[in-house]
Amino acid sequence: MRPGDPRTARAEVALASARGVGTEIFSSQPRADVIRAAAFSVALYAALALAVLGLAVLVLDNLIEGAPRLNPALLTNGTSSLPANAGLRSALIGTLWIIGFVIVLIVPLGVGAAVFLEEYAGSRSRVARLIELNVQNLAAVPSIIYGLLGLAFIARAPLNLGFVVLTASLTLALLVLPVVILVAREALRAVPGSVREGSLALGATKWQTIRHQVLPAAVPGIATGVILAISRAIGETAPLVPLGAATFVTFDPNGPFSRYTALPLQIFDWVKQPQAEFQTLAAAAIIVMLGLLLAMNSVAIWLRNRYERSW
Amino acid sequence: MSETTTTSRRRFNPIAVIALCAVLAAALSLAACGGSGSGGSGLSGAINIDGSSTVGPLTKAVAEQFNAENPDVQITVGEAGTGGGFERFCAGEIEINDASRSIEPEEATSCEDNKIAYQEIQVANDALTVVVNPDNSTDCVTIDQLAQIWGPDGTAADWNEVDGLDFSAPIERYGPGTDSGTFDYFTAAVNGEEGVQTKDFNDVGENDNQTVTGVEGSVGGIGYFGYSYFEANSGELKALQVDGGNGCVAPSVASVQDGTYTPLSRGLFLYPSKQALGDEATRAFIDFYIQNANEIGAQIGFIGLTDEQVATASKQLAAND
Repeated sequence: MRPGDPRTARAEVALASARGVGTEIFSSQPRADVIRAAAFSVALYAALALAVLGLAVLVLDNLIEGAPRLNPALLTNGTSSLPANAGLRSALIGTLWIIGFVIVLIVPLGVGAAVFLEEYAGSRSRVARLIELNVQNLAAVPSIIYGLLGLAFIARAPLNLGFVVLTASLTLALLVLPVVILVAREALRAVPGSVREGSLALGATKWQTIRHQVLPAAVPGIATGVILAISRAIGETAPLVPLGAATFVTFDPNGPFSRYTALPLQIFDWVKQPQAEFQTLAAAAIIVMLGLLLAMNSVAIWLRNRYERSW
Repeated sequence: MSETTTTSRRRFNPIAVIALCAVLAAALSLAACGGSGSGGSGLSGAINIDGSSTVGPLTKAVAEQFNAENPDVQITVGEAGTGGGFERFCAGEIEINDASRSIEPEEATSCEDNKIAYQEIQVANDALTVVVNPDNSTDCVTIDQLAQIWGPDGTAADWNEVDGLDFSAPIERYGPGTDSGTFDYFTAAVNGEEGVQTKDFNDVGENDNQTVTGVEGSVGGIGYFGYSYFEANSGELKALQVDGGNGCVAPSVASVQDGTYTPLSRGLFLYPSKQALGDEATRAFIDFYIQNANEIGAQIGFIGLTDEQVATASKQLAAND
């Protein structure tokens, strides 16, 4: 806490009243400090307002443009080259398939890796530190790089899966896995050592301790991380482009080895179309996607608030 | 504080949570994939198409109509550009490539190396349309004037630096990326050598709409793309007439079909692999394409084939029997 921070001022006031010295300290506070504190909080609010304003403008702009097409038909109609008939169904189903497999992949892998790093590998272990460094670096790799990785190793040889749902899921899972691991570790670390020691002291094995004490306590944090990771995976467009996600599919993707398209790509494709009606459609689709993301993030926040505990 | 919570912690069984997530995902997916009932012609299979963003809209429209009659044929259409599409086509990743130019020798070699035999079938005509801002007073350009704007050297910075033009505004160029067949065709026709062009331009990749907004928003803007993009935006843009040596000719269905819009009229092609042509569904699709492209294309601004060209295409396809 630096001077000028409103918290400093408040802390001083609190301290002052605690000491019972009343307003003397408060009134003797230099005027410049008060002004600085006020200016700082104004700056903070301005920063917050700017961020919220950006989102609000984006949502409103698209809401106004896309309003005429925001109806159930948008969700139930398939792809069409006639803007009047076009809808999101194939893209929505494609996204659900992709994300479904992403969840199946990242939850066990991410949580497993975090448990290993946090509970089993000692902090002095070279291997663990190497892994940790790599996970942190991977979290910062641009998403298109993962797309190219997926193209080279998953879509083509050696895995040679082709351009199907599972290829996209595997690639997106790799992309968000570092985030899940980092968040899960954070959640595990927040569980106090006394809980582990208490469990061990009662004769539980290490696995029993992790399974019955540590993991349950960390679930809210882990769930939040997983949901945020999934939100990111839903919105990713760049890695899917080299993975051959066609922008126009005339059928509903129906399994891991089905060809597909996904929400962000459908939007991307509509924006490219020459007809103005498609721009409207794209705006409506953006609203659908933003709605989906905001809903998921709200669930994450709710989960955290509902189950978070302080030790 | 920490000793009080031991008993209540059981609620969060991690295994159960994981299982729940998995079940949820599966349920979502299953719920989503209903309604793929069979019906129609009995044709089934998958046709994967990629390639030119100029041909793409036509292929999508045809695929949609074809699917109305043959719901069990799964068709995907991507728009990676003619060059990008050929790359995938020759790697055996797609069955048909949409092309806005003929295959290049290097691409042909690549296909040969991978033992991909193919056939070129023309499905539409196109006028490569040069568009400018409506406020631009220029109406007609010669190929030489275009080359002064788009050429690799001695490039004009202002419209009035181009010989014979008296409009004054800084030139802002919008052009497709190097994966585009439109880029290849335009540079070959205008600059005399394929792939050679000034570096001073806004690369819109395969997103021709960016050219529309760019030229619309800039008085000195100039761009080029397939005729259908101009058709859809003719209110916002002005198409230049092109003088290929025999006077100014505006791009239009008539001037392309009678061959007077030169040298910027071109054919649009499908490149199916011979193997795909052996597949009943793909074969039926291409047949449908040739028979219906004129009618479907006319609604979305494409220039159809002449009767003669339709006959040639049908004959080419029949030669595979």
